Amino acid sequence: MTGQEYAGLGGWTPEKLGVAGEVRPVVAAPEPVLSRPGPEVDPTSAEVVRLAADLVATMRVSPGCVGLAAPQVGVSAQVFAVDVTGHPKAVTVHGTFVLCNARVVEASRWKAGREGCMSVPDLTGDVKRASRLVVEGMLPGSGEPVRLVTDGFEARALQHEIDHCAGLLFLDQVAGAHAVYQRKVYL
Amino acid sequence: MNELAITVIGRDRPGIVADVAEVLAGLGANLTDSTMTRLRGHFAMTLICVGPAAADVEAAFAPLAADGHLLATVRVVTPDGANEPAGEPYVLAVHGADRMGIVAAMTRVLADAGGNVTDLSTRLTGSLYVVVAEVELPPGSSDEVAGRLTRAAAELGVGVSLRPADTDLL
Repeated sequence: MTGQEYAGLGGWTPEKLGVAGEVRPVVAAPEPVLSRPGPEVDPTSAEVVRLAADLVATMRVSPGCVGLAAPQVGVSAQVFAVDVTGHPKAVTVHGTFVLCNARVVEASRWKAGREGCMSVPDLTGDVKRASRLVVEGMLPGSGEPVRLVTDGFEARALQHEIDHCAGLLFLDQVAGAHAVYQRKVYL
Repeated sequence: MNELAITVIGRDRPGIVADVAEVLAGLGANLTDSTMTRLRGHFAMTLICVGPAAADVEAAFAPLAADGHLLATVRVVTPDGANEPAGEPYVLAVHGADRMGIVAAMTRVLADAGGNVTDLSTRLTGSLYVVVAEVELPPGSSDEVAGRLTRAAAELGVGVSLRPADTDLL
């Protein structure tokens, strides 16, 4: 942990994208796009800005959704939206944001937790994730580089979405043969 | 289309899963849900598959069981799909000195409360006995169930915990 403050993300709002997002259908496994590593994107391109707005719009209409990655709306690309505001397990909260070409630069304090995913609606699984995390990425629109320091539930959400961009589902990260379960509660 | 429940149990050795799966694939059986583990060194597998007639599977398994080290059973079951969730999901953990009746006493508490055990494993190592179970409890009943479990555990001299198996949706 560097403890270094993130730059650029404070005060960012989806409205800064300048386009109204549209809700897109969410795809479910075994849709091949979910298993394909997404390419890096130009965060300033109109296409990526539209995609970013659509991810935020789709996330906001999906009950319980705290993160959504481009492959989940059928686009193979390293773009995802996150918003853990109000979640009872969240400690550090950065509000709604979208990151492009994000990568984990520091990870520590690994903890197991049970995850579900909109793209794997009938299963959950136990996954070990870092609860302290430093992520670097770029903001859509401005292309401004940001460094994000977070923890707890927001850190778990970021790792889940970064995995999506790399073509990985939580099913690729589960703790063992008996760590996948039928989902029992639907929102 | 037949739905079959199959159990295979016996002395563990490398290759049993491959042998069983190969037999089923050769018969055009679709292996749907399955679980396999080793219980004190014994191979134990249960599975559900869809496709062939039970008699054909039994005949195809016969060579596997011929050396007397494996026992395979095949039964036709009624397909009824996944059960609807009955309540709120919890994880029960019990651990303590081994003695008779720990599983019986603790699961009876759950059953009396209308809880349904959906996964269970027990391990005995040395004198330590460990029970971990996934259970569905009627909504709003967990505090009362936890109290009853604590009293039952105290009588048995073991420790117990009941915690929500809550899932983070991402």
